[in-house]
Amino acid sequence: MNTNQIFKAVMVLALSGSLTAVAEEKAVTDSQRIEQYREMISDGNPAEFDEMRGEELWKTAGGPKNASLEKCDLGKGKGVVKGAYAEMPRYFKDTKKVQDLESRLLTCMTTLQGIPEEQITAKPFASDKKESDISSLTTYVVGQSKGMKMKVSTKHPKVKEAYEIGKRIFNYRAGPYDFACSTCHATSGVRIRMQDLPNMRSSKKDAQTAYTGWPAYRVSQGLTRSFQWRLNDCFRQQRFPEPKYASEATIALTTFLAVNANGAEYVGPGLKR
Amino acid sequence: MGKPMKIRAAVKDGMTEVKILMQHDMETGLRKDADGSLIPAWFITEVKAEYDGRVVLDAQFGQSISKNPYLMFSFKGGSAGEKVKISWVDNKGDSRSDEVTISA
Repeated sequence: MNTNQIFKAVMVLALSGSLTAVAEEKAVTDSQRIEQYREMISDGNPAEFDEMRGEELWKTAGGPKNASLEKCDLGKGKGVVKGAYAEMPRYFKDTKKVQDLESRLLTCMTTLQGIPEEQITAKPFASDKKESDISSLTTYVVGQSKGMKMKVSTKHPKVKEAYEIGKRIFNYRAGPYDFACSTCHATSGVRIRMQDLPNMRSSKKDAQTAYTGWPAYRVSQGLTRSFQWRLNDCFRQQRFPEPKYASEATIALTTFLAVNANGAEYVGPGLKR
Repeated sequence: MGKPMKIRAAVKDGMTEVKILMQHDMETGLRKDADGSLIPAWFITEVKAEYDGRVVLDAQFGQSISKNPYLMFSFKGGSAGEKVKISWVDNKGDSRSDEVTISA
């Protein structure tokens, strides 16, 4: 082997080495990187601050009736918060309605505390300038179901009905773009920008992961967002009119999504980019 | 006085790992509000961690740090039951100090 040949051999070795390195680099996909990022910051989820605020609000007397929400029945008895969210939406005898957490809190705040409904629904979501009481209360209640299995019962005919309506809404195409929830959420392996889109129609796992991570703290917005906020934002992206707060339509859609998530461990409040 | 922090500290193999979550708006001074006027800069400038009477971490923060900052670091030593004190100062002169007991 002369010098030239040795040089060539070394070059080939060097090149093959660098090619493997490139291949390994590629193996870490963007969604894996996002996953790594989430894991890194999962210990420090600022949603905890909103949970603390919500707990305080739950226990402090307020409103015209100067009452706390400790007598609020979330379906597991008066004042029982532990595990309540994992079984919602559910049918409530007193209101004769299927209610999700947010509409139930609205009922409690109006009946127990005497706060006018319009006052709460005028600005139900937190913003940069103003925190929202009902949104913080939501964060507190969902945090009390962390680690529990989703168990939404469809035994009651009204819940079953809400589920069916929710399913229709999920698949209902309308608006200037002729969009439905299912336009983006019924195919596997697609993404929007960097985010993988969950296939909530036919993948049980996707449906579970998507539902159990909400409500969540949005790092890009610096705010903890409720489940109805999430749905409203989906409707906005579809160019649909914004649903009323605690509307029957969003309760039905929430019922559909919650039932599909049954069996999964609730892990919220989550953390999103 | 600033809003409370959430701090966790745990010792493992002679190293104490501290995780701090701070509550702060961290305004860059570059954002505008709805009327188009600048939102004044308001951010943490210094974070300090003290253990056993000595500074184990001294960090300078700026506008590029996100709202509600999260910081994790480790230092040599520390034992369960002892305390770590974290404090920050912001550009408006506001400050906050919180203490945490090291867990095993």
